[in-house]
Amino acid sequence: MMRSLLIAALLAAAPVLADSTLPPAPYANVQLEDPAQEAKAAALMASLRCLQCQGQSISDSDAQIAGDLRNQVRLRIKAGEDPEAIRAWLIDRYGDYVSYAPRVTTLTWPLFAAPLALLALAFVLLRRRFTRSAA
Amino acid sequence: MTAVPTGSRWALWLPLGLFAGFVAVVLFSLLKPADRAVKSAMIGRPLPQFTLAAASAAQPGLARADLADGKVHLLNIFASWCVPCAVEGPQLQALRARGVDVVGVAIRDKPDDLARFFAQHGNPFSRVGADNVSAIQFALGSSGVPESFVVDGRGVIRYQHIGDIRADQVDMIAAKVAEAGR
Repeated sequence: MMRSLLIAALLAAAPVLADSTLPPAPYANVQLEDPAQEAKAAALMASLRCLQCQGQSISDSDAQIAGDLRNQVRLRIKAGEDPEAIRAWLIDRYGDYVSYAPRVTTLTWPLFAAPLALLALAFVLLRRRFTRSAA
Repeated sequence: MTAVPTGSRWALWLPLGLFAGFVAVVLFSLLKPADRAVKSAMIGRPLPQFTLAAASAAQPGLARADLADGKVHLLNIFASWCVPCAVEGPQLQALRARGVDVVGVAIRDKPDDLARFFAQHGNPFSRVGADNVSAIQFALGSSGVPESFVVDGRGVIRYQHIGDIRADQVDMIAAKVAEAGR
């Protein structure tokens, strides 16, 4: 009894939909006609973060907001806009977080300077060691 | 033969210490997760140009010119398919009852779905524009639904609220609106 009730309940269960029923935007899942433009768009889309599913790029994500952003990126590239200009436009609105391509800023410069500093330090230390063993 | 050089005795505890530090970091982030909301960088800046057609028969569409009319508006980004947006309804009604003009941008929505949504959860909006490709959402630096922006009379974005406005946040939003009107 309990079991058949459970099975009936499972069969009657409908998923709670929390997504738009509109079809995807024209260029969300459709490539641009010009392969060179599509290549530019693909490279940019692979390095833009999906705003909802933050571990994914917009080219990896099935989220609708990612589809809409792919549509916008492709349309703007089709209109002749430079990919880096589109990236800058998005960073201007969402901050650095939206882009996977690292930028050198007042906040991030130590990330770029630290390896160089460590290399220089290693060079100095190793040189002293080598000169001592030679002596 | 088991004599440990005195110099390295403290080093014996180093791995344990590192491990304890690691556990502390993990516990801290588990108990107090970081805020992952992507905030708009448009606060304090003028609204972008946009003109949106009416999203349903219930009210007219929305353009930038409707917002820079000398009065403060609460711009609510929502959708009928978004569950927290339905939960937010009573709070938007309460703000409207306090004299706040609430306008909406419906993301990827259909007129019939919106009519049903308004019938079920009330309609606090004086205007609702349809954004079927999230274009205005990106121009505003908004990353989901629902989100609310306080826009002052000159069309400058003064405050962004990410997520639904809870019952205990109505006073805070009303205060932000009053502040923008000053």
